[in-house]
Amino acid sequence: MAERTLYNKVWDKHKVATLPTGQDQLLIGLHLIHEVTTPQAFASLNERKASVRFPHRTFATLDHIIPTENQLNRPFLDQQAELMSKTLEYNVKEHGITFFNSHSGNQGIVHVIGPELGLTKPGMTIACGDSHTSTHGAFGSLGFGIGTSEVALVLETQTLALTPLKVRKIEVTGTLQKGVSAKDVILKIINKCGVKGGIGYAYEFSGAVFDSMSMEERMTVCNMSIEGGARIGYVNPDQTTVDYLVDRKYVPKGESFDQLKHYWQSICSDNDAIYDDVVMIDGSSIEPMVTWGITPGQSIGVNDLLPNTTSKPDDEKQLIESALAHMKFQADTPILDKVIDVVFVGSCTNSRLSDLREAAEIMKNNNVHKDVKMMVVPGSQNVKKEAEKEGLDKIFIEAGADWRDPGCSMCLAMNPDKLEKDQLCASTSNRNFIGRQGSPTGRTLLMSPAMAALAAIHGKVKDIRTFIEI
Amino acid sequence: MKIESVMGKAIPLLLDDIDTDRIIPARYLKEITFDNMGKYAFFDERQDSKGNLKEHPFNDKQFQHASILLVGKNFGCGSSREHAPQALKRYGIKAIIGESFAEIFAGNCKAIGLPVVYATRDDIKQCVDFISKHPETMLTINLVSKRVRYFEESFLIAMPDPQRESFLKGTWNVLDLLKTNDILINDLESSLPY
Repeated sequence: MAERTLYNKVWDKHKVATLPTGQDQLLIGLHLIHEVTTPQAFASLNERKASVRFPHRTFATLDHIIPTENQLNRPFLDQQAELMSKTLEYNVKEHGITFFNSHSGNQGIVHVIGPELGLTKPGMTIACGDSHTSTHGAFGSLGFGIGTSEVALVLETQTLALTPLKVRKIEVTGTLQKGVSAKDVILKIINKCGVKGGIGYAYEFSGAVFDSMSMEERMTVCNMSIEGGARIGYVNPDQTTVDYLVDRKYVPKGESFDQLKHYWQSICSDNDAIYDDVVMIDGSSIEPMVTWGITPGQSIGVNDLLPNTTSKPDDEKQLIESALAHMKFQADTPILDKVIDVVFVGSCTNSRLSDLREAAEIMKNNNVHKDVKMMVVPGSQNVKKEAEKEGLDKIFIEAGADWRDPGCSMCLAMNPDKLEKDQLCASTSNRNFIGRQGSPTGRTLLMSPAMAALAAIHGKVKDIRTFIEI
Repeated sequence: MKIESVMGKAIPLLLDDIDTDRIIPARYLKEITFDNMGKYAFFDERQDSKGNLKEHPFNDKQFQHASILLVGKNFGCGSSREHAPQALKRYGIKAIIGESFAEIFAGNCKAIGLPVVYATRDDIKQCVDFISKHPETMLTINLVSKRVRYFEESFLIAMPDPQRESFLKGTWNVLDLLKTNDILINDLESSLPY
């Protein structure tokens, strides 16, 4: 049958039944879990003396609260972190779930290790108690961010009750300017469609810009679909996807691989697929983007001025005013040259090898500005190992940055990595919400790894395009 | 448990894009039960670093013991932390009326039996204006008639049918429903190409 999107096809493939409530019961092919959103789920299972339905379809790691220094030293200094980790360790053992702990060599941020180990593959339904599960859509899978009660449902039944979303195709045409990265593309998309624009939609990303993106770049974009309100974002799998997956730990080899490839091709959106909405963006017009406010949609091109509230409707005016007040910024001022206190390179958005290379390229033979503290947190133990093989760690350390162990770190500051007071942070993470980076008065500017590295050197926001050879 | 209507005093928070980090800061997610979450609702919005109370509807004496929260657009955006609706529920919120809600947040609310219903900005605004002057006003959200009543006023609300059905039939906790199809689950699981 033609006219169908990848979203429709993968959905139908995993539909168990229509529930009496009208929702669909969807089978979850891969369940990823971490320490923060699971203790209550396991507790409810244990209370009912229930077991995990398909333990081989769930994989666990530690990422949210794990310290990024002396990770192997147990117990952790933070007693809550220790208890939370111990609880996960107990639960995975009790229920026979594969666990990538700090001794495994495979530990890391859940959305980094899933793809890296080849657990994430096209045409899957993937659930995780984390909103950035949308990341896995880069492979043409459907990634559902879920809450803890739903984690319990997946553990016990391997299914969820869901209502299908509409599908919006977002086509980015042309070629990106030099210095403009995947992060800028998704910030632009959120800026254009709005932080609420994606509610009720899955985003299908397509067009020449996505065709030429690496898997890691696609992951950066899909990761932040949720910041645009879309629970799911995906890219149709292609040769780039296949090449990435060959020889990954959990990807079958030989004939089985060929069979899988056939399935992956079969779930791609048809050429004549029908979409509920289509948005076109000219890729060559995208500038390096920087957020200035308290939602990921409050962004501007690096050379633009912050907005003012003149002739804006009341609700928008209120959003701009409260953002300017929190950020201690004035309307109509440039974002360029804003003075930075902290730089954070990391998070499930931008902590993969290519992100670290991008930042290291800028840091090479430069120093972190004397008034700036810079922290680089690789996304996984494998990313860290590969980066060290290439000498990226030395570039960062010689420049004066901190080179840490893997984890979510200062993206959400559940571990000791936090902003202090009203520090302004150039961050490669995904959310600039009030208090997000650990200080209630802390301030975040979201940007690409290259732009963050450049800000670290200059102590100010700068335009990457004026510093790279064209 | 069936939920056909919710009655209570209201608390206004008519702002857009209130994210889950504002509803509950991440540092309070480090507990392995939800028991204490009610204490952390809007923690950093309600007090400064020295513990001084800030101006916030949740600190306002006249809205104490209110159980219906009135919000704007995209409420609950951001993280999938169920701690956010848990914090609101354990604080005493029994239902939320808003212009729109983030998808995952709305799903989490349903999963814990906390109805979220949709209304127009004008209706919510009018209601907020009224209860700001008369905070003792009782609101009734009727999921059967899809209507909110207060004083001599009333307005229509919307709610996706599956959600509404779940509350009316008392099947918002879908575990038993999902388990009914155990054989189908088995068959589909073993037929997955991966």
